[in-house]
Amino acid sequence: MAHGAGGKASRRLIEGLFVPLLCPASSEPLGDAAHLEINGTRIAVTTDSFVVKPLTFPGGSIGELAVNGTVNDLAVSGAKAEVLLCTYVLEAGLNTAILEAEIRAMARAAGKAGVAIVGGDTKVVEHGKADGMYITTTGVGSPLPGVQLAVESVRPGDKVLLSGPIGNHGITILLARGELDLEAELSSDTRSVLPLVEVLARDVGPGIRWMRDPTRGGTATSLNELARDCGLGIVLYGDKVPVCGVVRGACELLGLDPLHIANEGQFLAVVAPEYADVAVNALRQTPGGEEAQIIGEVREQPAGAVLETTPYGGSRIVDMLVGDPLPRIC
Amino acid sequence: MRFVDEFREPELITKTADEIRRLADPQRLYRLMEVCGGHTHAIYRFGLKDILPENIELIHGPGCPVCVLPMGRIDDGLSIANDPQVIFTAFGDMMRVPGTQGSPLEHMARGMDVRIVYSPTDALKLARKNPDRHVMFFAIGFETTAPSTALTLMRAKAEGIPNFSVFSNHVTIIPAIRAILDSPDMRLDAFIGPGHVSTVIGCRPYEWIAKDAGKPIVVSGFEPLDMLQAIVMILRQLNAREARVENQYKRVVPWEGNRSALKAMGEVFQLRPYFEWRGMGFISQSALRLRDGYAEWDSEQRFHIPGVRVTDPKAAQCGEVLKGVLQPHQCKLFGRECTPEHPVGALMVSSEGSCAAYFNYEHRKTASMSLLSPTA
Repeated sequence: MAHGAGGKASRRLIEGLFVPLLCPASSEPLGDAAHLEINGTRIAVTTDSFVVKPLTFPGGSIGELAVNGTVNDLAVSGAKAEVLLCTYVLEAGLNTAILEAEIRAMARAAGKAGVAIVGGDTKVVEHGKADGMYITTTGVGSPLPGVQLAVESVRPGDKVLLSGPIGNHGITILLARGELDLEAELSSDTRSVLPLVEVLARDVGPGIRWMRDPTRGGTATSLNELARDCGLGIVLYGDKVPVCGVVRGACELLGLDPLHIANEGQFLAVVAPEYADVAVNALRQTPGGEEAQIIGEVREQPAGAVLETTPYGGSRIVDMLVGDPLPRIC
Repeated sequence: MRFVDEFREPELITKTADEIRRLADPQRLYRLMEVCGGHTHAIYRFGLKDILPENIELIHGPGCPVCVLPMGRIDDGLSIANDPQVIFTAFGDMMRVPGTQGSPLEHMARGMDVRIVYSPTDALKLARKNPDRHVMFFAIGFETTAPSTALTLMRAKAEGIPNFSVFSNHVTIIPAIRAILDSPDMRLDAFIGPGHVSTVIGCRPYEWIAKDAGKPIVVSGFEPLDMLQAIVMILRQLNAREARVENQYKRVVPWEGNRSALKAMGEVFQLRPYFEWRGMGFISQSALRLRDGYAEWDSEQRFHIPGVRVTDPKAAQCGEVLKGVLQPHQCKLFGRECTPEHPVGALMVSSEGSCAAYFNYEHRKTASMSLLSPTA
């Protein structure tokens, strides 16, 4: 199970098994989408599977995650999603009303995100498998003009931006599972981040070095991947990372770290320092980007790692988890 | 957030750190042990070592109830769940702790029915919902968690629930502290006393530490300001050559403890004559087992357990780290054969384990870190 959680085990599986066997010729660092040139036309392509329990939760459902997740992977790779393909693995006995609700949700989310669903596939498996349904979406998009993302271009002094508060999605799911005797007013943050990315592309353009959407494994995982890939250190200003009160409360109670919690509607961006203020102000003036923050910067040390600092002069390393975050005992 | 933000207030923290610097005699080395694993984590999580003067050494104590369990006990618990009728339940923290055949999570991947619960009452609920299965709760913790296990057992008995049992690995804190003080390798000046254990047992049980062993002990909360204030209180005692029990965590810890919790514990549990602690050998009267009146709900009575003693791998220095003789990174296996991904001992995976705290929060910091200026 740890291999699906997005942290260290996931990375070892991908880097240790999939990449060497499936794409041995590739020397690119792993990103959210592949940018290719086919007969002179540049396109971006990505795919993602969606497995979530429960299927619906405050703020969304698996269908919306499936659309927004893939649109977002393309967006943070510097591309606008044009079309999606959707495959469904359905559990025999799934209530048709539930299925219809998800399809409607996907249609709505696709409309909102400005992307057309142009095909797909459906399979049915025995009762007891697929937790109701699994959805995979594949997205094809066109690169955004003026955006040239390259992790090699990240250098000391660059600033790290976050589009908004973290932890909402993961904590919503945790509470929606009903295993904890905790209730709270909280919803998933699932949404397309493309509008915000397009604003950055327009106002900052070549000043954007790197972007990522911090899904499974949380912000800590994405930033550790960045640190590893660029060989530099990421220093986070602990008091600047936006976290809403409910998420903070739930995390304090359970002994979880918001930096390790999944998000479905936020993204991180590394921008050249001269653009940092322009970038964060542009986001804040865009609907949905009001809580954007500069949360840290790139430095030489600690090379390959992420460090969080406190206003009183303390610091601690922020590591990737091995598997899922587990609540504490006492 | 109430009760959190006030205790993380940067200006107050800086002020208290300055007070510590003022009180600490530069000619002297202060060796303070924080007993509780939660305190160890707080120290690293909040970067407190970065703001303490160099002559205050914080030594990590054995207050991690998962870490002190010998591997054999993990094996015993898992052996009960080999029976497909049995559902193995435990707190999340137990899931990655290695037994000789793997951790509960690894057993789950191999088909064992292993479930995380957030309280023993969840395990009891599972038993009610699954009358054709037997639910075993692998109970761990110091006196902090023993009362809720006790209350759950009282409920199980009152309702006559036939398919539920508890495998008790509850241990008690005082014998652990005594073992530390009796240890010839240890030279300590004072203790930062456990926070949450004290909400149950109160502060009286620590009086012998001050009176007989002559060491100050200050019961502390877990926020940065709590721990720094506790250190101020300790330094004031040491400078005045005093040794008393003090309570810094007054907002949560009552001096007399929690009478109803203690009553429930007394109703359900009795002390084992002795119990083996990882790295510290057999300690008498240091662990809890169910009383005869609860035999029906005692996994050790209902099931045959192998009870095999398993010693730690030779190279592992878990015991020395638990006693504070070694710092986590001084163990030969730290960061090499033993990491959170492939742990040799529980200290590397438990949320109270000092190796986990050091690995996750500290060990890649370099000397240059301490020169980092606070945020602009």
